[in-house]
Amino acid sequence: MTHSSVLFDAPGPKARRLSVVSSILTGVVIVGGLAWMVWTLAQPRESGGITLPGFFDPSRWDIFADPEVWQFIIFEGVVGTLRAAFTAAVFAIALGVLFSLLRSSERAWIRVPTTVVLEFLRGMPVLLMMLFILLVLNTGSFWAVVMALSLYNGAIIGEALRAGLASLPRGQREAGLSLGMRPLQSKMLVEFPQAFRQMLPIIVAQLVVLLKDTSLGFIVGYTELLRVTMNNLASFYGNRYLFSLFVVALALYLIMNLSLSWFARWLSKRTASKSSGARLDPDNPNQAILMAEASAAARQSETQHGSM
Amino acid sequence: MDAVIENLPTFLEGFRMTLLLLVVSGISALILGTIIAAMRISPVGSLRAFATVYTELVRNTPLTLVLLFCAIILPYLGSRLDYVTAAMIGLAVYTSPFVAEALRSGINGVPLGQAEAARSVGLGFGQTVSLVIMPQAFRMTIPPLINVFIALTKNTSVAGGFFVFELFAATREIANANGNAVIAILMAAATLYLVITVPLGILAGRLERKWVVQR
Repeated sequence: MTHSSVLFDAPGPKARRLSVVSSILTGVVIVGGLAWMVWTLAQPRESGGITLPGFFDPSRWDIFADPEVWQFIIFEGVVGTLRAAFTAAVFAIALGVLFSLLRSSERAWIRVPTTVVLEFLRGMPVLLMMLFILLVLNTGSFWAVVMALSLYNGAIIGEALRAGLASLPRGQREAGLSLGMRPLQSKMLVEFPQAFRQMLPIIVAQLVVLLKDTSLGFIVGYTELLRVTMNNLASFYGNRYLFSLFVVALALYLIMNLSLSWFARWLSKRTASKSSGARLDPDNPNQAILMAEASAAARQSETQHGSM
Repeated sequence: MDAVIENLPTFLEGFRMTLLLLVVSGISALILGTIIAAMRISPVGSLRAFATVYTELVRNTPLTLVLLFCAIILPYLGSRLDYVTAAMIGLAVYTSPFVAEALRSGINGVPLGQAEAARSVGLGFGQTVSLVIMPQAFRMTIPPLINVFIALTKNTSVAGGFFVFELFAATREIANANGNAVIAILMAAATLYLVITVPLGILAGRLERKWVVQR
């Protein structure tokens, strides 16, 4: 339904003019609203009898001329965030492989407890998991953040990989077995590489979630970007930089997350053009996992029909 | 176990606030998200562009940052909202692009051929949309929407880090006061979250299996 023109006839000159006019009008309203916000922020404000300059006054931004501030933001903040995200990403992918193996096991006594644990991990807030690890295992805030993020995202990546495995043609496994591979060998050497590649866009999209969630470290006391800017710098240089520091932190987060998001989208476009299968939407992991499972079910019923 | 039973009123108070946050910000996000989704598929170019930029920016902003803005920056800018209201606004704003995407994916998920077929048998625009497109889009939309609300339930815990006394904040307070029974306390809190998320998850899974595979 991306081409809504199927729903009605091609618009005539009158409808097109109307569309252009309304487009310009709403554009003016939106730009006006943004301009009003900027203007309001730029106004000087009274507080306790003292008039403070507006938020775009140079005196509210002058700390950013100091390279030491940037060094602090980049080397402590951004590096702290990326370090936690990278470590957690590595563990999450490893756990995802493990979870998907255990969950698709043929033995019920492995499969059922794994399913329960995965449901538990997916249904619990990551923040509560961080608190849990911090208090029970006494690991320090870095490992609390990393472990909680690995477990949570590992559970989701595991589900994605399991759906990817299920959607592979059955012949892949049969061919592996017929060459004399053991079931685990066929899984690791034949099936996983394909499932991993098919699910790569979704895994990268999940890593965006992971990167975003490192900011929860702010609440459990891990020194990452948000904590560096909002607590350390704001208390050192004073509250009047609160707003500008927030803007800088927001911009840095957006740069990191948007580039990773675009990478995921680019990957999904690239993989879609190579394989004939439907494109999996990295923005909607749940839906994508389900699509993979549905296509697996469809394929299975097909082969059953074929053999009869 | 004693620590949990002793502190049951505090737990329930936090749970009540979590539910309140979930319901109020869930409904607000549904309204806001529907508006964004409508803008996103509207024929007006500037509305579409605005909705796209809004979705991209909000979705890539960490929730912690959004709630920090509501709890610390907003009062600094001169707002007089109390923390609970501010957190509800923050959660609704953060959730709205996910709602919009779920709605849009439902409408986008209806194959083009359905609309073509409807038009080819002579249905008009209104009939095509109301009899053919919408019933199918609706079936595809409900399960992902439930998933959005599950995520929202878990996200309410972040508000506990910013002066809102909900289940996470209550748990942290009780755990700090009873250092010897931390595991039981955290398990109780986890159970209360699972009481909301697991049934919703089962419902979503069931509806999905029943509805989506039919294509």
